[in-house]
Amino acid sequence: MNHSPNLLDEALGLTGRGFGGGALSPGRVVLVEDCVETSGAFVLHHLVKRALSPDRGGTVIFIALSHPFSHYDRILRKLGCNLSMHREHNRFHFVDMLKVEFPNEIQKNAVEHGLVDLYSKILKAVEVSSSGDYSRAHISIVIDDLSILEIVAHGSVDHVLDFLHYCITLTSEQDCSLVILNHEDIYPEMEAPRLLSHLIYLADFVIKAEPLVTGIAADVHGQLTVLKKGTFNDSQYTDKASNFHFQVKENGVELFFPGTRC
Amino acid sequence: MAESICRSLRDGSIEGEHSPALTIKDSLQSHAGNHAFNYFLCSLAANVCAGKSQARGLVLVAFSQSPSFYLSFLKRKGMDASLLAKCLRILDCYSDPLGWKEKIRQSSGADKPAFTESGYVCRDVKDITKLLSSILELGKGFTEGRAYFAVAIDSVSTMIKHASLPSIAGFISNLRSHVQVSSMLWLLHADLHEPRSTAVFEYMSSIVASVEPMVEITDGQKGSDNLFWLGRGLQKGRFHVRFKRRNGRVKLFNEEFHIEYTGITFSTPSSENIVVSQTLLPKLQFNLQLSEKERADRSRVLLPFEHQGNGEPIQIYDGRRSLTQSNTDPNGLQQHALSIEMEAQRMQSEGEIHYIRDSDDEQPDSDEDPDDDLDI
Repeated sequence: MNHSPNLLDEALGLTGRGFGGGALSPGRVVLVEDCVETSGAFVLHHLVKRALSPDRGGTVIFIALSHPFSHYDRILRKLGCNLSMHREHNRFHFVDMLKVEFPNEIQKNAVEHGLVDLYSKILKAVEVSSSGDYSRAHISIVIDDLSILEIVAHGSVDHVLDFLHYCITLTSEQDCSLVILNHEDIYPEMEAPRLLSHLIYLADFVIKAEPLVTGIAADVHGQLTVLKKGTFNDSQYTDKASNFHFQVKENGVELFFPGTRC
Repeated sequence: MAESICRSLRDGSIEGEHSPALTIKDSLQSHAGNHAFNYFLCSLAANVCAGKSQARGLVLVAFSQSPSFYLSFLKRKGMDASLLAKCLRILDCYSDPLGWKEKIRQSSGADKPAFTESGYVCRDVKDITKLLSSILELGKGFTEGRAYFAVAIDSVSTMIKHASLPSIAGFISNLRSHVQVSSMLWLLHADLHEPRSTAVFEYMSSIVASVEPMVEITDGQKGSDNLFWLGRGLQKGRFHVRFKRRNGRVKLFNEEFHIEYTGITFSTPSSENIVVSQTLLPKLQFNLQLSEKERADRSRVLLPFEHQGNGEPIQIYDGRRSLTQSNTDPNGLQQHALSIEMEAQRMQSEGEIHYIRDSDDEQPDSDEDPDDDLDI
């Protein structure tokens, strides 16, 4: 298994010292934005693989709204990660939301009850992770994806943001980080700025997957922009923007700076 | 002018007036609002703990950061933990703002240990009335008697998400007019709301401080299409402050801010940025500014109705130049006054004109209130 750090890991600061046990440093919120032309799912796959790798020893709570377990199992297997085994060992908690439907406001606050239920499942998974064999492991909560959560919540952006707030409290109270996948091109123009701005305020990292400016290419599938909001790290204030091209392969993703590939 | 904001918050309210209120406004283009809020919070907390402020205590309503974040931040800034415990109360609207954790705990059975209660956790932020009473209760609990306390709200943008704008406006208004509230400050993210929501808070504050980028991003570049500005040079920016005085006069200030390891620092705008702004002026065929020579000449202009005070007869310019004076002053820029024989006649006439220049009377940006001598 190849664990040599790639550009994405470097941009997220995963290659620095002092990250033993965590996919991402504690208290990190990562927002992955993609669009129809370029899917950002590979970023989630990469981060999950990274979190579950033996040298990290972390656990993952995966809120699945768009694909069943078999889909992720197949993909991660090709990346060299056995999700079924991790699931059995309580290192990978799969919260299946595919068939969940919140009642349509017959009962008052139906949407809120549904989200509270989901949150309680996450809390239980966190509890199990914290008390098991990997009690000191870093927990990564991954949401795939937020736009479907909004549909499940009958379009209520406020409820979705409330739910996200509760997930973020876990990043400060427990050793958790949060990874959210969102499609940025599905909102009508009036609504888009509000939700997307809220998400950007909440995030520490914003990873944007976009098509190439020049159009479709055979061997370069798109460009990735990684933005790190200003933080203090070792008495230095850094905020960084990195941009590179990527090619998604069967067994991983290859990232390179534009123009460095011959 | 960050210092004058700190002073204003420290000095608090005057009898019979609403307490001073500071809005810190930022946007994604320059999202250092949190740093600015923390700076003013720290300054106010330091003054409260040292007993230098009108307020004897500070109530912090924490929506977007946990109470422990603020406690560790203030301790890192050198504040004594025991003093903080006496002078600071944090209303925790972060951990369980909607009571979800409490619901989960109750539904899973009472055998689970309760969440550690510090006593100041708000579990229903949508109930503005209850929130107001919690804040007032915390404020009154500092000392016995009717001591003043200050209120800081982590982010009113979060409040707007949970409650209606009129109810929040009423809440802020009630706090500001409360006899025991000394001063208030809050943070607002302007791009999360409609402009009218931002305007409402600006109307209710006596000081509006905007955190802005060094260079405004044009509309064409804004939006999620291009997020590069998020990662660019947010270490510094402009700090624009608008003070509203109680007589209605408004003062504007501009400073620069830098974000360093120790936090945010404010400084007067550096000259290089002034140069930048000058080059951004449009190229015109006429000159909008005065050159040094023009300024000197302007100061030498003899204004009508003014006594030059040099012993010479009063000269009133009537639009014509006398021959003698045009010979002695060939450049023609200086206005020529006609020496009149009418001066003697004027002294005999009934009316006199006493002219006192307004600009001589008052220094620019004086802190004096011109209405102070009114006796209504």
